[in-house]
Amino acid sequence: MGQTLVEKIIGNNVNKTVKPGDIVTVDVDWCMVDDIMVPFAVSKFEEMGFDKVFDPDKLVLIYDHFLPATQVDDSRHFRVGDEFAKKYGVKNVHRTEGICHQLMTEAGYVKPGQIAFGTDSHTVTYGCVGAFATGIGYTEMAGILGTGQLWLKVPETIKVVINGKLPGNVSSKDVILRIIGDLTSSGATYASLEFSGDTIDDMSIASRMTMSNMAVEAGAKCGLFAPDEKTCQYCNIEYTDDIKNLRSDEDAEFARVMTYRAENFVPVLACPSLVDNIHPVSEMAGKKVDQVFLGSCTNGRLEDLQTAAKILKGKHVKEYLKFIVTPASRKIYRQALADGTLEILSDAGAIITTPGCGLCCGRAGGILSDGEVVVATNNRNFLGRMGTSKVEIYLASPATAAATALTGFITEA
Amino acid sequence: MGMTMAEKIIAGAAGKESCKAGDIETVTLDRLMSNDGTTHLTIDMYNNLKNPHIADVDKLVWIVDHNIPADSPKTAASQKKMRDFAREHGIRFYEGEGVCHQIMMENHVRPGELIFGADSHTCAYGALGAFGTGVGCTDYLYAMVTGTSWLLVPETIRFNLNGKLNEGVYARDLILTIIGRISANGANYKAMEFAGPGLATLTMADRISICNLCVEAGAKTALMEVDDIALEYLKAHGREPKAIFKSDEDANFAQVIDVDLSEIKPIVAKPHFVDNIVDAKECQDVKIDEAFLGSCNNGRLEDLRVGARIIKGKKVAEGVRFLVVPASRAVYKEALKEGILDTFMEAGAMVMNPNCSVCWGACQGVIGQGEVLISTGTRNFKGRAGHKDSFVYLASAATVTASAIKGTIATADMV
Amino acid sequence: MSESFTAKIWVLGDDIDTDIILPTEYLAYKEINDMKPYAFSPLRPDLASKIQPGDMIVAGRNFGCGSSREQAPEVVKALGVSCVVAKSYARIFFRNAINNGLLLIENQELYDQVKEGDIAKVTPGKSIEVNGKTYEIASLPDNLMEILNAGGLVKAMRKRNGLD
Repeated sequence: MGQTLVEKIIGNNVNKTVKPGDIVTVDVDWCMVDDIMVPFAVSKFEEMGFDKVFDPDKLVLIYDHFLPATQVDDSRHFRVGDEFAKKYGVKNVHRTEGICHQLMTEAGYVKPGQIAFGTDSHTVTYGCVGAFATGIGYTEMAGILGTGQLWLKVPETIKVVINGKLPGNVSSKDVILRIIGDLTSSGATYASLEFSGDTIDDMSIASRMTMSNMAVEAGAKCGLFAPDEKTCQYCNIEYTDDIKNLRSDEDAEFARVMTYRAENFVPVLACPSLVDNIHPVSEMAGKKVDQVFLGSCTNGRLEDLQTAAKILKGKHVKEYLKFIVTPASRKIYRQALADGTLEILSDAGAIITTPGCGLCCGRAGGILSDGEVVVATNNRNFLGRMGTSKVEIYLASPATAAATALTGFITEA
Repeated sequence: MGMTMAEKIIAGAAGKESCKAGDIETVTLDRLMSNDGTTHLTIDMYNNLKNPHIADVDKLVWIVDHNIPADSPKTAASQKKMRDFAREHGIRFYEGEGVCHQIMMENHVRPGELIFGADSHTCAYGALGAFGTGVGCTDYLYAMVTGTSWLLVPETIRFNLNGKLNEGVYARDLILTIIGRISANGANYKAMEFAGPGLATLTMADRISICNLCVEAGAKTALMEVDDIALEYLKAHGREPKAIFKSDEDANFAQVIDVDLSEIKPIVAKPHFVDNIVDAKECQDVKIDEAFLGSCNNGRLEDLRVGARIIKGKKVAEGVRFLVVPASRAVYKEALKEGILDTFMEAGAMVMNPNCSVCWGACQGVIGQGEVLISTGTRNFKGRAGHKDSFVYLASAATVTASAIKGTIATADMV
Repeated sequence: MSESFTAKIWVLGDDIDTDIILPTEYLAYKEINDMKPYAFSPLRPDLASKIQPGDMIVAGRNFGCGSSREQAPEVVKALGVSCVVAKSYARIFFRNAINNGLLLIENQELYDQVKEGDIAKVTPGKSIEVNGKTYEIASLPDNLMEILNAGGLVKAMRKRNGLD
């Protein structure tokens, strides 16, 4: 009987064959703690009575939600992190480099086949390189920091197969939004969501990251892509036989298989206030928009900025509309400086902020007020997420966002 | 009897031949600037008037610069109120384009104008020979509705600048030294006028920096003689002077102070007063948590170039947050083209969108309890940049950048 | 965990996400108690002040979806909520709740049968009685009961480290 990708990753870790429903204890390859959760994780860790971190080199501390700091206690989180790092010999501390989920693969930590946990729900992003990664609370994180281990239930797999060529104005964001709409926001709860097919093979790692990132919005435990040559190039590793084997077997058993033709996808929006409230952009076209946000761990990468630049080149965003661009990392910011993308966006009137979570985490970076409408490329449109509960949040692809910024109305690219 | 520059501008605005210090004159304003710090309050008052109207909408310039992008529903609501009002009344409106005073210098200020700004650092416009002064929103509203206001004609302290600043010494050090010398209320109600042969050695960026900070000595306004450098700047930005004034030889000055530019040294203003100045080297044991290069005082291209030259090939000290904030979109774009933004990003600095940033202390880079910030911003008052128990040191772009590299307060020759 | 208790019911809907349970703005408050007034504020700003210790929450599907913020179950527990009964839970929230000793009960029917203010009698692992009707409830898997019985993960780890 064949195995799914997630069963192989977990099985390799625990050195035995596993099946969905098994409860196993895994050895953790990577732990990521972000700035919001640092003080909580540290205090739980100490309350638990640990006196050392199981392997300081496997812990990565990343400050991103509170950068730049906007409240007087924000920098306390940095200080607590720095003190913890010093006390326990943690060398991997990223203080101003960008969003945690971008950095965990970009900076070379997480590799195919590994198991990673992070104190943020979008930790599922690392599934883009074929790693099992999922978000946990700070208490469990404290436990891992002490023991190096965590229990988990081996998930069933929902396999998504997409073949064909996507229309020019459709990106992986539209694809994952459509899938979430079809699954509903709880349709993949506890499951591993696995993406495959030749459309997926053609996608860049950046595009895959967008999909892994949003797997949690359907409740999934992880969002996996089988690693291929592109993955190995991105991770700067060799495409070995072991890595080639990291894919679901032909005869593996899936809880559900969803099959799509790429040509049938259209640009879509997640309408207020649920991520699974999916409608074609064309259906909502003409709705007046006050602000557009391009950024986040979902869509703040170079190709996203380039897509927007292509649409906005030589043009200017609509008067009185704010177009906020927040590159996902320092590296992406610099690449976009070097290739002229940021210049085009600035000429078009974009407010280009320093890399970080920005508006997506709803604490700064372009908060809105009653009655305002925002089109955003991030991952959540929950009630009150970007200001008051009377703000309407529409989630969209970078192309839709840029086209909308240009006209001031929801617009298909 | 001769008149000072300030007297001449006010006389012109009052439609008179002459006036003198101590007179109270009714003046017609040339321009009225307001930003998101207080405009929402002005609008509330405006809406409570019996017959609200705007005297001359073309004179109004409204700028969102303090909390952009917005950091709370409250600031977002204030900005929305301002945006909607500007849109409804056809008021010139900028949002996210940079710090108000820089935008005014780039796009609006003309020599000889009398300008009210609902912001204390409006005195920056003196760098172009315009009388700019900060007012509260009640004064602003009155001027907005009537087009006029009253002014007490200020006495003038004249600073005769001689010589040239030494290598590694900046306009910022000069004005901090002057404030230290005359104290934080040394120019209360007065105009600070800068002239003399030394003026020609100062760039426009230097001049704006000097005039901008004069309010920290209590000045009502700052003024500089308009010379070829000022006129070139004006021309490059597509504008003509309204009128060029110069103090008469026999004008009556409250005080005349000679300043030898070559004697100025790198200076730091220690917490919690702008006039608490010491030689920068005296602070070299002070560990910093954050450094800030930007603001209406020092966020221009020339300032970023100074910082970039120092940091090129070096790194920001571990654990230090170095915020680099161009003063306007124009500055951002020039710095981008010159490779300066990348130099800062490569070194580990955080390049921000043009705005007031931590100088305003609410929107970006807020510092926590016990933390130390070294800043090119305008003020180091207690709690200005965040927690009430935090510390702000003011210094030049060079000293701030050097400190960011070293992690302790340092001058450029120390890194 | 098997002792019965009675509780007043507060009813919330489907997809009660973690940003509703506790908005990001308040996540950095030092103490969970300081966050209490803001629980559920985007949806029902006055709810936190009305919930009394011992009350219970009944909700629809996918309770706790969204972020991994553990402040969410902690603040619900800090409000004194005795248990949450929902049609289903998002998985991270579920783990976080168990780790903090907050009792979560899965039940498909209750949500459609009760209204706010009803009083229920809850017998963990066994049943809920309300309005004269009894609803059976399942008990949790053993490994989770161990954590719950230890009083949460912190206490379980302290035990492991020989501290309690």
